[in-house]
Amino acid sequence: MENVGVCDEFVNLKATELRLGLPGTEDGGEEERQKVSCCKSNKRAFPETEKDIESTGKTETASPPKAQIVGWPPVRSYRKNNIQTKKNESEGQGMYVKVSMDGAPYLRKIDLTVYKQYPELMKLLENMFKFSVGKYCEREGYKDSEFVPTYEDKDGDWMLVGDVPWEMFVSSCKRLRIMKGSEAKGLGCGV
Amino acid sequence: MNYFPDEVIEHIFDFISSHKDRNSISLVSKSWHKIERCSRKRVFIGNCYAINPERLIQRFPSLRSLTLKGKPHFADFNLVPHEWGGFVHPWIVALAKARVELEELRLKRMVVSDESLELLSRSFASFKSLVLVSCEGFTTDGLASVATNCRHLRELDLQENEIDDHRGQWLNCFPQSSTALTSLNFSCLKGETNLAALERLVARSPNLESLKVNRAVPLDALTRLMSCAPQLVDLGVGSYENEPDQESFMKLMAAIKKCTSLRSLSGFSEVTPLCLTAFYPICQNLTSLNLSYAAEIQGNHLIRFIQFCKRLQRLWILDSIGDKGLEVVASTCKELQELRVFPSDLHDEEDNDTAVTEIGLVAISAGCPKLHSLLYFCKQMTNAALITVAKNCPNFIRFRLCILEPNKPDHTTSQSLDEGFGAIVQACKGLRRLSLSGLLTDKVFLYIGMYAEQLEMLSIAFAGDTDKGMLYVLNGCKKMRKLEIRDSPFGNTALLADVDKYRTMRSLWMSSCEVTLGGCKRLARNAPWLNVEIINENENNDLMMERNEEDEREKVDRLYLYRTVVGARKDAPPCVTIL
Repeated sequence: MENVGVCDEFVNLKATELRLGLPGTEDGGEEERQKVSCCKSNKRAFPETEKDIESTGKTETASPPKAQIVGWPPVRSYRKNNIQTKKNESEGQGMYVKVSMDGAPYLRKIDLTVYKQYPELMKLLENMFKFSVGKYCEREGYKDSEFVPTYEDKDGDWMLVGDVPWEMFVSSCKRLRIMKGSEAKGLGCGV
Repeated sequence: MNYFPDEVIEHIFDFISSHKDRNSISLVSKSWHKIERCSRKRVFIGNCYAINPERLIQRFPSLRSLTLKGKPHFADFNLVPHEWGGFVHPWIVALAKARVELEELRLKRMVVSDESLELLSRSFASFKSLVLVSCEGFTTDGLASVATNCRHLRELDLQENEIDDHRGQWLNCFPQSSTALTSLNFSCLKGETNLAALERLVARSPNLESLKVNRAVPLDALTRLMSCAPQLVDLGVGSYENEPDQESFMKLMAAIKKCTSLRSLSGFSEVTPLCLTAFYPICQNLTSLNLSYAAEIQGNHLIRFIQFCKRLQRLWILDSIGDKGLEVVASTCKELQELRVFPSDLHDEEDNDTAVTEIGLVAISAGCPKLHSLLYFCKQMTNAALITVAKNCPNFIRFRLCILEPNKPDHTTSQSLDEGFGAIVQACKGLRRLSLSGLLTDKVFLYIGMYAEQLEMLSIAFAGDTDKGMLYVLNGCKKMRKLEIRDSPFGNTALLADVDKYRTMRSLWMSSCEVTLGGCKRLARNAPWLNVEIINENENNDLMMERNEEDEREKVDRLYLYRTVVGARKDAPPCVTIL
């Protein structure tokens, strides 16, 4: 798009720009200033490129610079950190599933793609929710455990974690629930 | 020569409580100055570096309540380095040393340490009220000291602070004999809460009117809390991601119904639609509602809720309510005085159809005649809309408009928004605070200088063309106290035109503007009663003072200047140079 081109032009004119730092400082701060000056240039362009702005007339509105400007929009960091957006998981960046534990006040979210096998996952869950799960065995599941990890699969059924191969589990798991052992009788956890 | 004995005058002064008025009466005569200062109980210091604690105590020996503000406002948006300053510790040390009978301490944007809180808790036997807003540097251990040692604590109000939560037992530290609590707000704590300790504390605090819990207080605990505190006036709830089951829901609703004094509701960092409906019974009594953290709830649920809130005076909400939602607010909330609409999508990742535009703002202005304070984040605005808003609501005291994209013009005419904002300042004769955004030329500042006679605080970003813009404001706004400017082409000419103007202002902030080091140095030379601070995180500031002539033309990244009677502060970090 021509507007993006215009923006690029400004960035490339940095050699002629009045710099904010000492000559020769080419550090991370520069990136910030460039982003800021990118926006400044929209209005106070150099004479030779002003004509471009006037002719397109849409530099400011058509494609807003997606680069993050420091401190803009003016929203307090506290608020920024606390707003949970629906955009936690975007495509191709991990497979986040909710994890609930019976009795815990709020849920957690974990990225299943980070783990290679069940033991890693179990270890994380144990640390996260401060419980311990016994050894898994095919016949009796998590025998004698106070808590039992279960998951909801694509069909909406609640399954015991560990029954299917890891890859199959990752691709079919929609959410996790750490159940109280006493409730998990029907899933093969004899007590 | 006074006609009445001093005690009578002092008694009369007791009826004068506003800081402005007390400051005025202290100027009448030496005698009044003395009576006033010896009887003054409450002092407000807008800039903690304008004065030092020793002089404060010397002047006001009967001090009971102190309010202090530290970092400049733009620190909220990460424009001020973390280590900049604003430490409360020296103040507490000095007050303790002088045996001031401090009862109340209110801090905003200051650095507070556990050590400070511990010292505070041990030094003032009558201490009653601690309010911390946007502070940082302490942990729940500090809170534990306060809970343990402040035997007469009535108010502990923590708003939006960065607190290191050690998940300790600070709530358990309130002694059994502590029954005087009227206000407890720990909504900003991120860790788990000792629910049993909290319930016991609430149960033994019959005067508790305001309770704001953090996210980790689940629904059943909330139900129990409300059941033993039906006298609550102000409630902040936790985070409820899961729909409650039938029984929990019924219990919650029953508890809520009993809270007939409830007027203010907040919290809800997550809330499900069903959960929200449990609060319907008290909606009609609400005067204040803050749903601005409930990002996941859809606009239609918010709208249904608000439809019941006919007495609302203050509403903080997310832009997911949409223009349609604002139209409902306009037709329902006829008593509305303050509205804040925050952006739900901060990363601009998708074209958000449900965000708010000028349409919602116009609807509000038409439907809510009592509106006087506004903070509005939106994607677009027009001059026509602003002109209409100005006509509908001439009573604005605070008008803060933030168009998310910098320099965005009127989207229907592609012109600047000078005329729109001009209409606002012309119509709203009582306007005290204004924040600008969108495409703006020097003209808007001409209007502001001409019409905004009561303006005390002005925030400018990505606006103006030349120094004339800033000069219009400095010359025209006689009541200006705080001026903060970022990314605008104002330089030395404007900065230096009228140095004495800064005597009448609390502070000036300029970042990413055109002022140079040379200009700042000249200002500092001509105004020794100012602290002129240059903030630059990227270099060694010792070098800055040794620069030669050429470097004087270098632009200053961030400039913060403020009047002071105690000279340069000694606690500035390396990234700050005081000229």
